[in-house]
Parts: sequence; C-alpha cells; structure tokens
Amino acid sequence: MKQFIEGSQAVAQVVKLCRPGVISAYPITPQTHIVEGLAKIVANGELKAEFVNVESEHSAASLVLGSVASGVRSFTATSSQGFLLMIEVLFNIAGMRLPLVMTCANRAISAPLSIWNDQQDSMTARDSGWIQLYAENNQEAADLHIQAYRISEDKDISLPVMVCMDGFILTHGAEVVDLPDQSEVDKFLPPFKLENKLDVEDPKTLGAFADPSYYTEARYGIQVANSNALEIIPKVSDEFKKIFGRATGGLVEGYKLEDAEQVIVAMGSIVGTIKETVDELRAEGKKVGVLKIITYRPFPVDAIYEALKDVREVAVLEKAVSMGYAGPLYADLKSAISCKSKINKISGFVIGLGGRDITKDSIRQVYSLLSGEEVRCEFIGLDPSFEGNG
Amino acid sequence: MKAKDIGIAKPGSSKANKTGSWRIESRPKFLQKDCIACNMCLLICPEGCITGKEKNGYICDYAYCKGCGNCAVICPKDDIDMIREE
Ligand code: SF4
Ligand code: SF4
Repeated sequence: MKQFIEGSQAVAQVVKLCRPGVISAYPITPQTHIVEGLAKIVANGELKAEFVNVESEHSAASLVLGSVASGVRSFTATSSQGFLLMIEVLFNIAGMRLPLVMTCANRAISAPLSIWNDQQDSMTARDSGWIQLYAENNQEAADLHIQAYRISEDKDISLPVMVCMDGFILTHGAEVVDLPDQSEVDKFLPPFKLENKLDVEDPKTLGAFADPSYYTEARYGIQVANSNALEIIPKVSDEFKKIFGRATGGLVEGYKLEDAEQVIVAMGSIVGTIKETVDELRAEGKKVGVLKIITYRPFPVDAIYEALKDVREVAVLEKAVSMGYAGPLYADLKSAISCKSKINKISGFVIGLGGRDITKDSIRQVYSLLSGEEVRCEFIGLDPSFEGNG
Repeated sequence: MKAKDIGIAKPGSSKANKTGSWRIESRPKFLQKDCIACNMCLLICPEGCITGKEKNGYICDYAYCKGCGNCAVICPKDDIDMIREE
C-alpha cells in the first residue's frame, strides 16, 4: 500500500515484514529512527522478536552475530562512528559466512565531528566481505532490504548484506513509498535455515582457528561467494519484480545511456539530482547519461563495462575519499574498464562531504569540468581560499 | 570440506592437534616427592594435559605438553622440574 512515510519508518516497516527474530542496535544519528521504529513495533506486539538493548555498537554487532549463528534471522543498523566501532565484528560476520542484513545510514566520520551525510563510513568496510547495496530513494531503500535477506541467505552466497542509505537525505526524508503486504514478502522470502548453526544438541565452534593450511581457502571462499552474488543478485531482482510488480535492485541501472557520449557514474541519493540535471542537459542537446551503481560489493565489472563500452568520457562522483589516492569508486571503476573500452577519459570528483549540499549547479560544474583535462580526485565546491592549502 | 565450513570445529578437535611437537628445549618432570595435590598445575596447564588426584600422583601427557613450564612455576612445593629435552 502506498504511504507518505519517512525513509527510516519505511525501512522499519519492511524489516518487520521480513520477520527477524532478533534485533539489536545502539542508537546513533541518523540511524536512530529506524531502530526506534522497530523497538516500537516489537513493544506493540506487531512483531514477535527479541529487541536487545546493548551498551555499544560493538556489542550490537556481536549480539546479532550470535543470534544468526544460532539460526535466527536478525537485523541491526548503524552509522558513522558506530559503524567504525562495529568493524571488527563486521569482518567476523562475513568471515563466518553468516547471513545478516544491516542498514548503514551513511554519515561522515570524525574528525572534525559531523553528523551529516557522506559515504565514508560504509566505504571503510568495502574489503570486509559484506555485500554492499546503495539506495537512491526510499522506495529503493525499502525494497533493497527485502532483497538483501534473500541474497544473504542464498546457499551459494551465505554472506551478510549491508543496505546503505544516505543519512538525513533518505533516512529523514518523507516520500511516497509502496509498502508490500506480509503475504507478498512471505512468498518472496522463505523462513531462514542455517546449515551449520550453534546447537546444544550438536555442539560445535564457529569461527575457530584456521592454520596456514586452511586460512587461504576460507578467504578464497568469500571471494567465490561474491562472484556467485553477481549472478544471483539480478535473479533476485527479477523475482522481486514478478511478485511486487516493481523493478528495483540488481547490479547497476542506466539512465539515458542509449546514445550517450558522456556518462556520470554515482551511487546513492545523489543519483536523483544527477538524473534531473541530465534531463536539463539533454534538453539543451547534450548527449549525457547516468550510470547508477546499486551493488558496489561485489563490484559489477562486466555490467559496468557493458554500460560504458561505447562512451567517450566518464565522470565518477562520490562522497568518499581513499585519502592519498582518490575516491574508491573511481579507483575501482578505472581499474575495471580503462584499457578495455573506447573511453578516453575517466575523471574522478569528490562531492558532498559532511553534508555539503549537492545542487544541480554542482552537477553542471562536474559536467563542464569533464570536457577539460582528466582529473583523478577533484573536490567540487571547495572554498577557493583553501586551494593547495593543507 | 566446503570453504565456508573452514573454522567450524566439532568438540574434541584439539585432540587431533598433538602439541607435544612444539617442545624444543625442555619438558616438565613430575618429581612426585613433595606433592600435596593442590591441583594448581592441572588448572594452569594451557593444554589441559595434566592428570592426577592423589598426592605424588600428578603427571602430564607428553603427546600434548608443549613445554611452556607454567606447571613448574606454579607448583608451591617445587615438585616439578623443567629438564632438558633429550
Ligand atoms: S609444561 Fe606446560 S604444557 Fe607441559 S604440562 Fe606443564 S603446563 Fe602443561
Ligand atoms: S602443583 Fe605441585 S603440589 Fe600441586 S598438584 Fe601439581 S605437582 Fe602437586
């Protein structure tokens, strides 16, 4: 049913429909509304689940690690500093091949302190083995959570999935969202069954020591599962469309790519602003398109190549920097496609850090810079008095 | 074995790991002269390879004893000597 609803509440509603048995989280802006919503849902008896209050994000992640390991579908959510506090456990959850879904309400990292949005937090976990999906709007954020459980629990994947949604822009923004019925979700998402769960009747240790004759194979297994996910994620998206009547999810989404000579690549809520700007540029006769990255890990190399192979110039816009080099998406994309295609320029731009507004003018600025020399890590909207000033 | 099952261990798996091969220089010798059966050596042994109940009845299993010397240090009666490994 269509509702005008805040992004966080939409996520709380769909997580409820996925029937997790354990939810644990520690509140942090801008994630708070999601878990507040779920706490209310559990307290009202609308969802039969344990909502466990904990003293930190490290504990929240550890707790859901344990509950999934005992075979119970679980959920957690965090942002920014809380995300960093979870990170040790995040690597363990992926390493133990535990299917779990968490929301990262993307927020900047200290210092300096900022509660506002960028994507530096989830980027720090891109090497963890977690699958990462990025939402453009609240409908997509809601839908991706449902798909995330299916992807995560697929036997050929068995990895945790993180749904990343831009803090405030999506979490606190209200939009019309089509929320599914319980019966539809039940049809799409069968009950959770973990092959090797913690069980007092059949005791075992998970995540135990692996000496040098095993460790490489365990890590290789995560890499293989990620490749499997590249095949399975589009299938999950197709099946979602059959049941819910909406095409969301998948690896990438192209917008006005057919005859495009220049393409702007980005992920998350910024894509909406880019699409609007591209509409205007198209009206002015410019052959511009947009490539939205939905699945960032595993990195959809083939799908990106397929979308960009006939394009001349590519601009990558992102809200994170691998300090000392460039934006991580830029680095990944460049290494994936630069030698293979007709593209003669891939420029990288950093935009919207710590909640700096991204307007259509900023996108136009990127577009005009794209015709100039190739740049690797150009900061957009920088106060000129700081240029070259460390 | 599947890659995703690496790190999943059934009870008793440490039995397969004969840590006795880790000993390089010395091994404990249970003198069994002044032992008061305080049980301290048994509790501190990281390999859990010491057995015993009665006074002067404590001994370790050299297939697992890694020669750390903790038992010799903790023994209040100096009834365990670390001797050179032959
Ligand atoms: S030397 Fe170490 S491993 Fe060997 S019996 Fe004593 S405490 Fe146990
Ligand atoms: S620590 Fe020494 S006295 Fe105590 S039980 Fe062991 S050998 Fe005997």
